[in-house]
Amino acid sequence: MTLRIFVPGDSGALAVGADEVAAAIAAEAGKQGLAVTLVRNGSRGLYWLEPLVEVETPAGRIAFGPVTPDEVQELVAGLASAPADPSPPGEGPPRSGGGGVGASPEEPHPSQSFARIPSPLEGRDRAAAPFTSHPLYLGPTEDISFLKRQTRFTFARCGVIDPLSLEDYRAAGGLKGLQAALALTPETIVDQVTQAGLRGRGGAGFPTGIKWKTVLAAEGPRKFVVTNADEGDSGTFADRMLMEGDPFVLIEGMIIAGLAVGASHGYIYSRSEYPHANRVMEKALAIAESAGLLGMDILASGRTFTIELRIGAGAYVCGEETALLESIEGKRGQVRAKPPLPAIKGLFGAPTVINNLLTLASVPFILAEGAAAYAAVGFGRSRGTMAVQLAGNIRHGGLFETGFGVSLGELVEDIGGGTATGRPVKAVQVGGPLGAYFPPSLFDTPFDYEAFAARDGLIGHGGIVVFDDTVEMAQQARFAMEFCAIESCGKCTPCRIGSTRGVEVVDRIIAGHDVEADAALLADLCDTMKFGSLCALGGFTPYPVMSALTHFPQDFGIVPPNGRMEAAE
Amino acid sequence: MSQSRHAKDPLAVTPKELSGAQLDELLTIIAGFEGVEGAALPILHAIQSAFGYVPQAAVPILADKLNRSRAEIHGVVTFYHDFRSQPAGQHVVKLCRAEACQSMGGNHVAEVVEAGLGIGMGETTADGRVTLEPVYCLGLCAVAPAAMVDGRVIGRLDEAKAGALIAEVAP
Repeated sequence: MTLRIFVPGDSGALAVGADEVAAAIAAEAGKQGLAVTLVRNGSRGLYWLEPLVEVETPAGRIAFGPVTPDEVQELVAGLASAPADPSPPGEGPPRSGGGGVGASPEEPHPSQSFARIPSPLEGRDRAAAPFTSHPLYLGPTEDISFLKRQTRFTFARCGVIDPLSLEDYRAAGGLKGLQAALALTPETIVDQVTQAGLRGRGGAGFPTGIKWKTVLAAEGPRKFVVTNADEGDSGTFADRMLMEGDPFVLIEGMIIAGLAVGASHGYIYSRSEYPHANRVMEKALAIAESAGLLGMDILASGRTFTIELRIGAGAYVCGEETALLESIEGKRGQVRAKPPLPAIKGLFGAPTVINNLLTLASVPFILAEGAAAYAAVGFGRSRGTMAVQLAGNIRHGGLFETGFGVSLGELVEDIGGGTATGRPVKAVQVGGPLGAYFPPSLFDTPFDYEAFAARDGLIGHGGIVVFDDTVEMAQQARFAMEFCAIESCGKCTPCRIGSTRGVEVVDRIIAGHDVEADAALLADLCDTMKFGSLCALGGFTPYPVMSALTHFPQDFGIVPPNGRMEAAE
Repeated sequence: MSQSRHAKDPLAVTPKELSGAQLDELLTIIAGFEGVEGAALPILHAIQSAFGYVPQAAVPILADKLNRSRAEIHGVVTFYHDFRSQPAGQHVVKLCRAEACQSMGGNHVAEVVEAGLGIGMGETTADGRVTLEPVYCLGLCAVAPAAMVDGRVIGRLDEAKAGALIAEVAP
């Protein structure tokens, strides 16, 4: 038997050298005569520890990180020199490493088999020393506090399994939800999703069950399921992580949605900025097809469902659902006026379920474990879990899946560990480029759609971007307007022209001419954009702008410098 | 002008931008998407992947094949940031300019790269070696600031890494 070592193939890990580490492990294992199977898993979402290398032992997986190629020799030597365990070797079934890169698997070293690696849980044993004394030793992965404190429904398998092994997926509870759904009527599936209290995870938080029910009831010769994976918000990477780490859960969720509303074809609309995720997704679709999970007879049920992956072309506004549909149709990504709702008249004029990737990926759990199990977690009308993404200037950046209701301050200070630079937190932007900037004085806000709305913010897709006290908030407000100007689809005037005028007004404020009057003008302009724009791009750009102005007036020259500390607290 | 607008055969109005072989390649690409609904974006991606950009000559041909107006196809090509009207440099450096990267000094890294390459965002070096482009989020927000060089992702950029990046693409 060979030793299984996991080195993420997630692009967040690749960006900090995971490929180099994997290559070094393969080379070093070959040199030291250690039989190794490298599995390129997804990321566990502990990005400050990436590349996070895990070693499988009979007592579970243990983690090392962040590993650099320079440290690989010592790491492999530690594994290779582990003395023989007197207990009989474990009898687990041999496993194939899927997309892994095998290092001389044809020549397993007889004295260094997998089963002889001592368990780190038996740390008192001297044999464990090569593990536990390693400077990068983090202990059993599951015991790392950041991971242990989470409630992982949607990301339960991400970072754990080989993303492209359908066998791994099934063994880890995959397809249970689909099996259950195949035995149910469409009405019952919709009912389950409604009972679970699942709301759209893309930002608007619309009840998914109601959306599905509308499509189910809509008449049409054909219907579609569309996954919105156009994750353009800065500070969000959950869609990317899931596509790279557990693509089959999305496929399963889409098939269930298809069964629920009577659609037999689906589209995944992803981004050109995510080439790695798209490659994994494309492979997963091919595997699902050849395994009979997708196609004319899904899991031998006589039911049909097929999926196409479509890639955008660098337009932020295509994350807005109606612009996304236009884009799939081959047009400019301009928003449509609603009504009609996509549920009635969506893609190619047909009734369409369009959901965020995380929404659809939450569905298999609901069908497998029951609506009550999902609804049991959460806060107020926000049921289930949210994939919070901690990003920017934060010590422990990564993915934290948890029930709604955790406070913003707990996420930033406690779980995230404060800023990476060690300086005080000045502002956090929640919900992407269209989300509000919150000062630490609002850190008691619970992570929940209504609670954030009550404080003129939004949780959006769950991204939190932390800034330290070096940030200039007037510049951030300017950037928000500038971004809107660059990305506006141009269809409606408040967004198209308002954003350009917004940049000009902020520039005048920064230059210091008649600041009070221009601040009033900016507020008026934001009001027009908020209520006059067709979609969230123009409608929500006022959130970052107005929150910056409201909470950090001193940065606009509105409060004298001695008021600074007070407002920045 | 009027002649080209009313010409029935779109190939007749094709500027002499493409060789015969290139024209064949273009037609083969388009033919490969027959039966695909809403195929404009996938076709344009395929054309750009084959040619390095979307040749002006492709617009009337695509319009004809998809039964859309030339204005519509021109509108699609110009709407999306990805599609180029000129070939890019040998190396394409995309720097993330969005908020998460800004919070970790991304603006400073961008200045370092611009100065090192001697070009601004959206420009190509005079020797045609490097194109520098802004990108709004690579999904690497927890390892910011981030870049993508010829499809390879780089995180936690600082001055040293930016210097190495410049040395690699523009030695």
